[in-house]
Amino acid sequence: MRVLAAMSGGVDSAVAAALAVEAGHEVTGVHMALSRTPGTLRTGSRGCCTVEDAFDARRVCDLLGIPFYVWDFSEDFLDDVVADFLSEYAAGRTPNPCLRCNEKIKFAALLDRAIALGFDAVCTGHYARLIDGALYRSVDLAKDQSYVLAVLTPDQLAHSMFPLGELTKPQVRAQARARGFAVAAKPDSYDICFIPDGDTHGYLVDKLGARPGAVVDATTGEQIAEHDGFFAYTIGQRKGLGLSRPAADGRPRYVLGIEPTTRTVTVGPASGLDVRLVVADRVVFPGGRRPDFPIRVQAQLRAHGGTVGGSADLVDGTLRLSLDQAARGVAPGQTMVLYGGATPDAASAGPAADQYVLAAGTIVRTGG
Amino acid sequence: MTYLDHAATTPVLPEVIAAISQAMTLTGNASSLHTSGRAARRRIEESREAIAAALGARPSEVVFTSGGTESDNLAVAGIYRARVAADPRRHRIIAPAIEHHAVLDVIEHLVADAGAAVTWLEVDDFGRVHADTLAAAIAENPADVALVTVMWANNEVGTVNPIRELAEVAHTQGIPFHTDAVQAVGQVPVDFARSGVDALTVTGHKIGGPVGVGALLVRRDTPVTPIMFGGGQERSIRSGTLDKAGIIGLAVAVQDAVAHRVERAVAHAALRDELIRAVTAQVPDVQLSGDPGAGLMDGGPSRLPGNAHLRFPGCEGDSLLMLLDAAGIECSTGSACTAGVARPSHVLLAMGLPEPDARASLRFTFGHTSTIDDVTAVAQAIGPAVQRSRRAALAGARRR
Repeated sequence: MRVLAAMSGGVDSAVAAALAVEAGHEVTGVHMALSRTPGTLRTGSRGCCTVEDAFDARRVCDLLGIPFYVWDFSEDFLDDVVADFLSEYAAGRTPNPCLRCNEKIKFAALLDRAIALGFDAVCTGHYARLIDGALYRSVDLAKDQSYVLAVLTPDQLAHSMFPLGELTKPQVRAQARARGFAVAAKPDSYDICFIPDGDTHGYLVDKLGARPGAVVDATTGEQIAEHDGFFAYTIGQRKGLGLSRPAADGRPRYVLGIEPTTRTVTVGPASGLDVRLVVADRVVFPGGRRPDFPIRVQAQLRAHGGTVGGSADLVDGTLRLSLDQAARGVAPGQTMVLYGGATPDAASAGPAADQYVLAAGTIVRTGG
Repeated sequence: MTYLDHAATTPVLPEVIAAISQAMTLTGNASSLHTSGRAARRRIEESREAIAAALGARPSEVVFTSGGTESDNLAVAGIYRARVAADPRRHRIIAPAIEHHAVLDVIEHLVADAGAAVTWLEVDDFGRVHADTLAAAIAENPADVALVTVMWANNEVGTVNPIRELAEVAHTQGIPFHTDAVQAVGQVPVDFARSGVDALTVTGHKIGGPVGVGALLVRRDTPVTPIMFGGGQERSIRSGTLDKAGIIGLAVAVQDAVAHRVERAVAHAALRDELIRAVTAQVPDVQLSGDPGAGLMDGGPSRLPGNAHLRFPGCEGDSLLMLLDAAGIECSTGSACTAGVARPSHVLLAMGLPEPDARASLRFTFGHTSTIDDVTAVAQAIGPAVQRSRRAALAGARRR
């Protein structure tokens, strides 16, 4: 196959490209430029799209003996990821830009361009497994990225390759070392790439302006503080609320709700965070199989979190998840990913059923 | 492999490799006073004289540098600083926006750091600077102009400028005139004295010489403040141990370029015209950017004979480049590459082309190793590549 390896300049995409080459594919490395003015380490950037990162990716391609190009997706990125990030925060929701980038850029703009130019697939360094067109968690559960890939459609997945799904991160680093890649020991990137200094709050204030409002106690209905921007808060947050007066009962208070129109942030006791019903729209079945509803599932409700058991139903195209036990810190705007629900062929030695990505949707509201 | 990027760099001539290899075996710093030093100095001076003779300059007017970028920087910054030192009112630099970054960026630097002002000259649709445009720019205030710099021939679209006429316009006001002739040498007649310019940039690697060596031809009466300081070589204009082997190689290349200029110009123009014809047969709406190439300029062609700069409407130059690269054809998008991110060419934008047109460009440039087989290879590959590139551009447009 003719494979386009998306190369961030990190160790994962480098090894993924190497594995694609060694599998016999005709591979071309492409680094996506996502910023009009890429920063450098000298200018303080430590995200994943610096000039140094493009250089690192190029050096890996040199070693692999494959062509390398930089493709400019800065406009798409600005329109589809950065603008979405800002408007979601402005609406009081909590977006996941990495997931949006996968959905709109890597497996859309990049994939579309690759297909049009004669490639068969896009290969990335994501930790996830693709087996017979179905998406599963990676072997390395600590690194698993199936959550941020779960919004991909069967068609997008049909043109995707995730060669790292069967490997652990230490194995990937060892493979990079064995191949002499300079990026073998390069640190993982955790920051949002377009907020290079890692100060998300500062970035939002800079882009959205200060939007002061009231912090209201859910129990008494009383205003107990002011804030300078509701987008600094996320559901379930406790730290940094800036409340000088303790609650009447002395219990810790958490952000329970954000109302963008009145700019009101509601705080209250932990029990107010309890969610038993989660409703999500923009539903995708990445494996292409729509199961019979209702169905028992394991649900992941944010990028770095465990799963909770529950029963899912599909009502008018909307996913309704009833949880077995109350979950906390569930924020609209985040993505709900449902695992399980389909039993892989019992005879095969493939992944367990609870590793299978059944469906994903964007959380629109929650209920107690 | 079909190499059609000779304007980026052209293969080193075998006789240059031989001369450099031989020179590398000789010990001796040209600044040393002993026998080896004198021997090195002699070879360098012979090279200087050969280069001067080939380019219509005096030996004392040849200042060796590390190449085109340094020569451009030395000319612009050096003349600017000397002119300002003599009269602080002269702080304005006049240049067209189509210059190479080696000129543009040193001007920007002088504006940011050394109190310079700049007047960007308008160019016509071919990318050419007209004498009346320059005269009008100078007339805004003739007393405040430090220097004028206009490239002899544009590296992207190949348009040749009326350098003699432009230098005359500057000289009527006593203003020094620099030209970047990196692309012109070997392609059009370049005679330093006859052109009337005060400073002229030459580099080795565009004419079959080595990378990393070039020269600034500069008149003895043109004041230049050095930008490199040290041992006082090159009349103290450019310190640094002289690169004996590189300079010897440069001399061989310059002599070769001038000696074979006419025959190569005829051959390259024929290949270029055949390429344009063959590509047009496959892609009927392709368009040539820059001067059409039929005219004359100062006794030479009005367009660099080896340059075909083509626009493929509906395509993206960088995807075309990748597809042709995969088919074994090497060319250029001709645009400046900032951190590897393709930007629409500042030259094409200055010529008034809209951004999508500017992005839809490929530059094919012929050189001394080019043959008709190169044209045939492009003719075979270009049709499918354009189709795919258009599909990719449409896929991108649909998403917006």
